[in-house]
Amino acid sequence: MSLPISRTRDLAIRRAESAPQRAFAAIGLVALVLPLLLLLFLFGSSLVDAWPRLDWSFLTSFPSRKPESAGILPALVGTTCLMGLTAVIAIPVGLGAALYLEEYARPSRLTALIELNIGTLAGVPSILYGLLGLEVFARVLGMGRSLLAGACTLALLLLPMVIMASREALRTVPPSLREASYALGADKWRTLRGVVLPMCLPGVLTGVILSLARAIGETAPLITIGALTYVAFLPDSVHSEFTALPIQIFNWVSRPQAGFHVNAAAGIIVLVALMLLLNGVAIWLRARLQRRIYW
Amino acid sequence: MDTDLAPSPPTTPLPGGGPRPTASAAGRSAALAPDDAATRPAEKMTARDLRAWFGASEALRGITLPVLERRVTAIIGPSGCGKSTFVRCLNRMHEVVPGARVSGSVLLDGQEIYAPGVNPVRLRRRVGMVFQKPNPFPTMSIRDNVLAGLRLGGERVADPAGLAERALRQAALWDEVKDVLDRSGSGLSGGQQQRLCIARALALEPEVLLMDEPCSALDPTATARIEELIHELRERYTIVIVTHNMQQAARVADYTAFFHLGELVEYDRTDVLFTRPSRRRTEDYITGRFG
Repeated sequence: MSLPISRTRDLAIRRAESAPQRAFAAIGLVALVLPLLLLLFLFGSSLVDAWPRLDWSFLTSFPSRKPESAGILPALVGTTCLMGLTAVIAIPVGLGAALYLEEYARPSRLTALIELNIGTLAGVPSILYGLLGLEVFARVLGMGRSLLAGACTLALLLLPMVIMASREALRTVPPSLREASYALGADKWRTLRGVVLPMCLPGVLTGVILSLARAIGETAPLITIGALTYVAFLPDSVHSEFTALPIQIFNWVSRPQAGFHVNAAAGIIVLVALMLLLNGVAIWLRARLQRRIYW
Repeated sequence: MDTDLAPSPPTTPLPGGGPRPTASAAGRSAALAPDDAATRPAEKMTARDLRAWFGASEALRGITLPVLERRVTAIIGPSGCGKSTFVRCLNRMHEVVPGARVSGSVLLDGQEIYAPGVNPVRLRRRVGMVFQKPNPFPTMSIRDNVLAGLRLGGERVADPAGLAERALRQAALWDEVKDVLDRSGSGLSGGQQQRLCIARALALEPEVLLMDEPCSALDPTATARIEELIHELRERYTIVIVTHNMQQAARVADYTAFFHLGELVEYDRTDVLFTRPSRRRTEDYITGRFG
């Protein structure tokens, strides 16, 4: 059986293309695997270092002068409270800003400027947010070195990401559904609340949690606003002083005794586990909420 | 402005005041027989020199057209002739599009809907709409979709189950979905989804139902089902249907208007328009010479 001429030529062209194509795929694969290996190596070496110290008492003890009895309970609780509070602050403000920009703002120079700034702010070094938080929240607003000041600072850091993720989510809602709502005699606010927001909620939450997972490792802004490095109590209100995992790790790494370095490695493992947990929650939440959206 | 209206049985005086209750009783007995001078019902809606723009381009160039009570009025014409824009002006959905503008006048029961005091949100509850593509709300169950209009309007529904059943029965969908009311509308076929959207519009008990090419996304069986439904709804509602399917217009409509390039070329009883059109352009279009 013979193929028509045009088809054999077609096949020949494909074979000629396949060499560079394969090379490109290989380069891509290397680019993917290399950083993954590096990450795995770092994580693995930390895990080996940390192994003797990773037990339940490490999670439930307060810091101590003796490395073998020091734990990370205040840092773990501090980080958890900090993240929760940050989310509570960042979600309404970020979503509100996104709603305004997407739904209400008329295109003007001012809104263009705001949009440009939000993009830029996402790339500002976090220590600058720390300095801002120190001046505005800790000093001017008198929050001091409290959890609240830390959460406000981190929320500020997350806002650009939360706003961008929320706008992206708002844009995915098909215009036909808004029209349907308007045609049923719903006004803009009810359309947003009843139709648009339920649909973009998974996207917004995913964006928030992913940015939280990034913020969980932020050290510079917290040090700047004066989070403590040695805390022998648990925070009892948003006004109490606190410490957080990255600060505790930073503190242990800078000690001369080798025992504390082991503690730092164990702290890193806990931090990474917490971060993976947050990411997992994001994925689970998105899947769950999206199942409620029937296509 | 040259209205370009075909000389149809008696020149309809535009209603000065409120609705004239003459024809609602006669309308029902008229069934599908064409109206004559005696049975011609009142004008439920009237467009007068209606113009609409998208930015700088004029989509409607002065439309004057009556919509008769409890009759089906079909708007036909080639793509881009302004037929969708026209129906969207009847419930003020045109202005939802950024840059869109309207001038002229539209009366509902003799009342100007573009008057400064009129709330478009209220108007849209009296003039319901069904879109080209079925668009049930994906975050809501079938029942909640039907009740969406009331709930989005902020109303407490006294008897949600009963209301949903009535609306679904009117939309001829009840028997197919009565056991899956809590499930999503997305499991339904395209035709069922469209009837769900019709039920959603009917639940608000509108007076006028605008249908913007409601069957263009549906297969012939589903289309036949919707056309049947239009026949039934005609008893209670004033219907305006946009279609680019001339057979459909001939099947479902009592009156037909032919639009071309943003102008109303001809308006008449459907049987007259399709058998004895008085304009050359109409004849060319319905015989398939362009479009």
